[in-house]
Amino acid sequence: MQVQETKADKLFNTTNIVILVVILLLTLYPLWFIVSASISNPDLVNSGKMLLWPKDISFAGYKSIFHDSSILRGYFNTILYTVGGTVINLIVTVMAGYALSRKDFVGGKFFTIMFLITMFFSGGLIPTFMTVKSVGLYNSPWVMVILGATSMTNIIITRTFFQTTIPTEVQEAAQIDGCSNIRLFLQVVLPLSSAIVAVMALFSAVAHWNGYFTALIYIRDEQWKPLQIVLRETLLKSQFNANLLQQGGDTAGLLQEELRAAEQIKYALIVIASLPVMAMYPFVQKYFVKGVTLGSVKG
Amino acid sequence: MLIAKKQRAPASTKTAAGRNYKWLMVKRNKALYLFILPAFLYFFIFAYIPMYGVQIAFKDFIATKGFGGSPWADPLFKHFITFFSSVRFGEIFWNTIRISLYYLLISFPAPIILALMINEVRGTRFKKLVQNITYMPYFISTVVLVGMIDLFFSNSGLVNQLTGLFGLEPVLFLQKEALFDHMYVWSGVWQATGYGSVIYFAALAGVSPELHEAATIDGATRLQRVIHVNIPAIMPTIIIMLIISVGGIMNLSFEKVLLMQKDINIASSEVISTYVYKLGIQKAQYSLSSAVGLFNNLINLALLIMVNRVARKVGETSLW
Repeated sequence: MQVQETKADKLFNTTNIVILVVILLLTLYPLWFIVSASISNPDLVNSGKMLLWPKDISFAGYKSIFHDSSILRGYFNTILYTVGGTVINLIVTVMAGYALSRKDFVGGKFFTIMFLITMFFSGGLIPTFMTVKSVGLYNSPWVMVILGATSMTNIIITRTFFQTTIPTEVQEAAQIDGCSNIRLFLQVVLPLSSAIVAVMALFSAVAHWNGYFTALIYIRDEQWKPLQIVLRETLLKSQFNANLLQQGGDTAGLLQEELRAAEQIKYALIVIASLPVMAMYPFVQKYFVKGVTLGSVKG
Repeated sequence: MLIAKKQRAPASTKTAAGRNYKWLMVKRNKALYLFILPAFLYFFIFAYIPMYGVQIAFKDFIATKGFGGSPWADPLFKHFITFFSSVRFGEIFWNTIRISLYYLLISFPAPIILALMINEVRGTRFKKLVQNITYMPYFISTVVLVGMIDLFFSNSGLVNQLTGLFGLEPVLFLQKEALFDHMYVWSGVWQATGYGSVIYFAALAGVSPELHEAATIDGATRLQRVIHVNIPAIMPTIIIMLIISVGGIMNLSFEKVLLMQKDINIASSEVISTYVYKLGIQKAQYSLSSAVGLFNNLINLALLIMVNRVARKVGETSLW
């Protein structure tokens, strides 16, 4: 049924849309500006002459990134950690979620409570740090794929998915046919569960790609540093140079030139570091929403 | 959200038959124990051993002797007393509370308002567009976000360029201690509001159209329907999210605060979690920093239990 819109409703509608458009612009403009700045002449960017469209286009920033061995190594490490970490994460989370989704799993309650406690209480930073050290993961690339292998939140989401989408009858029928649990899981359950595997893979991949803190604490060797660490160091380095420049000195001229280039490199680096995740985003957005929504359903 | 379903035991264990049935189930589902083993080991090693290690907050930790073997501190609360009586305690505690509350006050309602607004949009395409775009910043890493803040708010940065167009004097955003809170909170709102609105949007999809029709017939305007139909409908979700937010109130995004810290703003930006990091990881004062960390966790836990109790008394929704 359609009721004639009143004046108040029309006003409400217009106001709503106007505010949403402003929110859209506020979200998009900073991202757009970064992309534009990464291919514009840094002098124009610094003097405020480049506000929307790229000006005096040059790809020097990107070129110097691809000649920088530490950035390339960081990039490679991050890809390694993301792939490895996601594989481990999927195995641990999906298997545990499946076991907990089974009503005939004796002891499920014990495991559920044991895992739930970890959501509300943790040893804290220092005892965790000591534990990681004592199991020999300090300064080892393994720490990057093992830490964060699972979380109860993700196990709950997975469990809820299995409980709500896999009919119990299917499992019972398979068991009556003498199908073992492992075969049942691999041949019956998994083929029906690509959505949850996608959701978990995404959560994990984004967390590994963007993670900074784990590496900051546990990784000391240059050769194992992930992209976010290298990125941070690069962003800071040019700040340090700027401080030197303000103090003046003999090297000022050389620094000036380096600083000019560094500005563009910063924008280019931000683009390079965010691009893979952003490019993936349109394809996987619906899975992400699904994952968040699943988590809100009571298990 | 996080409520475990009461798992019905297959049969009573009080009778012999029941016990036999249970054993049969355990034997038949041996493989399931293999399934849960990796997660069990992970939580055991990386959650429960550190929990056992919490005791070093009451000990004088010696790395070679381990958690259990280190001698007890004398007096037992030595490290807590050291922290509470230190010169910086007041400052750090106040910073943590102030930034946390400010962040909660702004970032908690923001996604709810956005979801309610998006829900009122008639055109499906515009609705999808707003959802997808506002969701995007969530995928930016903290390092990049802080890099963006530093670039945009620098003295000759984008923000000062834009205000300069209107003839305003440049503001030295990054040098002003007092501005740290605002930068932290609003950059967080920019990054996480779209992501946070997804859950409320899903809840709004479940509101029955009949309620709206009834309200329309009674002559309610659109705004009245949002206030009297939509908001009550998503109240349970709001309460659950609020309990979780308050329970993590002391866990400010450690990464972000640490990355945004500069010598110049340290007095207003040092919070408990960054202090623990500096004390423990950088200065190797393991016992003292564990005590500080435990103090932080206990506040969180107490708040969580309290808010949950209030929610259970006042409304029907609670975490447990």
